[in-house]
Amino acid sequence: MASPDAAAAPPTEPERWRDLDILLSRPGNLVHSTFDPSPGLRDLIGSFVEVLVVGAGGLGCELLKDLALSGFKNLHVIDMDTIDVSNLNRQFLFRIQDVGKPKAEVAAKRVMERVSGVNIVPHFCRIEDKELEFYNQFQIIVLGLDSIEARSYINSVACGFLEYDSDDKPVQETVKPMVDGGTEGFKGHARVIIPGTTPCFECNIWLFPPQVKFPLCTLAETPRTAAHCIEYAHLIKWDEVHSGKPFDADDTEHMQWIYSEALKRAELFGISGVTYSLTQGVVKNIIPAIASTNAIISAACALEALKLISGCSKSVSNYLTYNGLVGTHNKVTEFVRDTDCLVCGPGTLIELDTSSTLSEFIKMLEEHPKLLMSKASVTHGGNNLYMQSPEVLEQMTRQNLSIPMFELLKGTPFATVHVSGMAESNGKKVSSLRKLRVAFKGVEEASKMDTTESS
Amino acid sequence: MAAAVAVAEPKTKYDRQLRIWGDQGQAALEKASICLLNCGPTGTEALKNLVLGGIGSVTVVDGSKVEQSDLGNNFLLDEGCLGQSRAKSICSFLQELNDAVKAKYVEESPATMIDTNPSFFSQFTVIIATQLPESSLLKLDSICRSANIVLVAARSYGLTGLVRVSIKEHCVIESKPDHSLDDLRLHNPWTELKQFAKSIDICDKDPVVHKHTPYIVILVRLAEKWADAHDGQLPSTRQEKREFKDLIRAHMLNVDEDNYKEAVESSYKVSVTPGISDEIRQIIDDSSSEVNFSSSDFWVLVASLKEFIANEGNGELPLEGTIPDMTSLTEYYVSLQKIYQAKAESDCLAMEYRVKSILKRIGRDPDSISRACIKTFCKNTRKLKVCRYRSLEEEFSSPVLSEVQKYFADEDSCFAMNFYVLLRAVDRLAANYSRLPGQFDSEIGEDVPRLKEAAVSVLSDMGLKGSSLSEDLIAEVCRFAGAEIHPVAAFIGGVASQEVIKLVTKQFVPLNGTFIFNGIDLKSQVLAL
Ligand SMILES: [Zn+2]
Repeated sequence: MASPDAAAAPPTEPERWRDLDILLSRPGNLVHSTFDPSPGLRDLIGSFVEVLVVGAGGLGCELLKDLALSGFKNLHVIDMDTIDVSNLNRQFLFRIQDVGKPKAEVAAKRVMERVSGVNIVPHFCRIEDKELEFYNQFQIIVLGLDSIEARSYINSVACGFLEYDSDDKPVQETVKPMVDGGTEGFKGHARVIIPGTTPCFECNIWLFPPQVKFPLCTLAETPRTAAHCIEYAHLIKWDEVHSGKPFDADDTEHMQWIYSEALKRAELFGISGVTYSLTQGVVKNIIPAIASTNAIISAACALEALKLISGCSKSVSNYLTYNGLVGTHNKVTEFVRDTDCLVCGPGTLIELDTSSTLSEFIKMLEEHPKLLMSKASVTHGGNNLYMQSPEVLEQMTRQNLSIPMFELLKGTPFATVHVSGMAESNGKKVSSLRKLRVAFKGVEEASKMDTTESS
Repeated sequence: MAAAVAVAEPKTKYDRQLRIWGDQGQAALEKASICLLNCGPTGTEALKNLVLGGIGSVTVVDGSKVEQSDLGNNFLLDEGCLGQSRAKSICSFLQELNDAVKAKYVEESPATMIDTNPSFFSQFTVIIATQLPESSLLKLDSICRSANIVLVAARSYGLTGLVRVSIKEHCVIESKPDHSLDDLRLHNPWTELKQFAKSIDICDKDPVVHKHTPYIVILVRLAEKWADAHDGQLPSTRQEKREFKDLIRAHMLNVDEDNYKEAVESSYKVSVTPGISDEIRQIIDDSSSEVNFSSSDFWVLVASLKEFIANEGNGELPLEGTIPDMTSLTEYYVSLQKIYQAKAESDCLAMEYRVKSILKRIGRDPDSISRACIKTFCKNTRKLKVCRYRSLEEEFSSPVLSEVQKYFADEDSCFAMNFYVLLRAVDRLAANYSRLPGQFDSEIGEDVPRLKEAAVSVLSDMGLKGSSLSEDLIAEVCRFAGAEIHPVAAFIGGVASQEVIKLVTKQFVPLNGTFIFNGIDLKSQVLAL
């Protein structure tokens, strides 16, 4: 981090940042080995570090505030949602007048108004809409999400940049650290992911078991609870009555219809407990959320981001769980990497004949048992080999389909390519991104594989 | 769509938290008045979380003016506030977050307020005292104790900090634990449940009926069958429990019968020790359950519970009255639900009778505890919690030595114990030198041995000789020099606000001592001293 010129310049606004500078300018015994304390360290971080915050909800609002007050000056925030009234009990950057506006834009504006000198670029879009290179500009990615799929996607993007040297050690410049937070009611977690060193999201995916769904036969034949009646109206009755019209959980009329149908069914079977609030909870799968837990978890994440970037103290190793239901229970668990992980490992090996074309390669991905990826787009070292969308890119890259991969990869015996497409996970089609190691048969011994040249 | 709406419907605005603490919890929050001492980032962040959740009113006591350094760590201040009252500036930004909350301020230093106007504090539900030195905190604690006001002390200090709750007694009916065993009484079924189980043929040859017979019925019937063959005893040894599972499996018609799988998984419930857990026994036997005119409702209810157990309860608590979802025909399940509900209602009625008669006996209005309250109590008797906190004075003058030694012996708690001692040592040094150790770069070298000396004297006052402190942590605390780092303050303030919510709603269980934040590796601990 040290740069002699910047360190020599007097620090900006020393009075304002007095407290933070104490931590960044004084040496300590329990710090990271890379820590280089100096009065100018804060300015170095402010000038050279770009941070991405994924999500501008309960955690995201807190994270932007915490990071802006931790010396980070270049932030980006990405979120596809707009503000809802039910966000206001914890997403403190939003006001009632903001309802309906994009979260990322309002959150960025509010933090910039309050903390002078900080610049936040909002991105009101889906995380999948961004090109991979967008994510490569950040030194660290902080996640404030409530969806497993989104975490999994960002994790695969960040791990996708990771390259291994010939000894299977991570190449330091390609490591993109992440800090991930999550909450549910009084409980939450904060974790640090250093791809190639600590377990990635996919290594411990079992920590996030998929939600249990009611069997359809229970809903149709032996309902017992209010939730069964609601799901019957939602998953079975709606389609029966509204042939083809999609259900919209944000449409109050739709929700009212589900509620009244659920009530009718509950009455028919002598089941109690159907309320409008429960109907919303079941249909939208609402996770209860409170300001204090979001504040606690975000603070832990921001602090870890500051420590990772500055080295001013050790890092959590590597997973904190918090539970405020009974006392304030903190537990740190050191999970281990899955060395065979498809996402943060060196990459799934695909062997190709030198004559295999790009289109044959894409076909292989569909059938590969570990990938089962359809509609794949393929990139190599930041260059698009084939893109399914948008249309202009598809047209530009279409002619590559008939060219052998060996030629497209400039005749190198081994190369790392990134593929993104749709894959099946828990019975659902989800966006998937995978890093692959392509080896060409008969060109060189596979044991001498070196992926560094691919960049 | 909703952009034209000027005010948010509270039901919608608070939806995500109402799902946690319900209308009653929310009503308690909206009635509460909170006083914050010192509105640095730790206190401000605590209040921010409470204001968002719709706390009744907040009063900020702070005598300082906004300085440059406030803008580096407090989000609710900006350049426009420089030179103005910090309390006033914070209040106006807090008000922006939620106009349903009343935000007031007093421009006065908390230490002066504690010294000169102790009666000021008696108007509040909870006092959140932040960044106060030990001497002021001790005085405030005794003021709060005598007025029976909840005190939550919070402090951020570099990469460490603490939160301490102090109140003589805090009783919780709705502790809402994460996991609790269903109250099914399979070890001791009552007549109606047994009769219902008997009315169902568990050997019904109709496969649909067979695989939709609820496991409650299966277990009641098979436990009876087992008892008949074992001199009236239920399975108790490991071997017997295994055999009982085999007995259940022997009744399966098919391997895919979920209800039988559930019965095997729940088979241990027939072997539950009857009667009352040690924890609840302790509450029932507490001297406070000898009630008089000035006893709280909670203890009147406990006294009634004690009578109930000895009489109608036959040694058991009132039935909770709810059953979990299980594989079953709708009609069986609904009938079972009704049987459990009816028993719970009759237990509750008996309790109500006892509550009234006790109230009458101690000279109170027999209707002064509502039926709804008795019902809630009956539903939660297995989960009652009584939290008692020692005063700070007691903790400081006579800590529980065996606990202290245990903490020093454990690696993670040892870190927390070091921070605890060092933060107290900081206050002693500050009292002597009028500055924090490490405050000036030039004096860090001298401050390290001074802090160590002060820490050793704290230890010896606690009655500990020879417990060794970590040199690394002494140096760290000197390095921190009392800096309030925003994310640390947000964490500590977050914990403080969460404790306030639990104390005000009287739901969930507040922390039972001093929470010590460890910002180095996040292995924070709670010390009960
Ligand atoms: Zn992995």
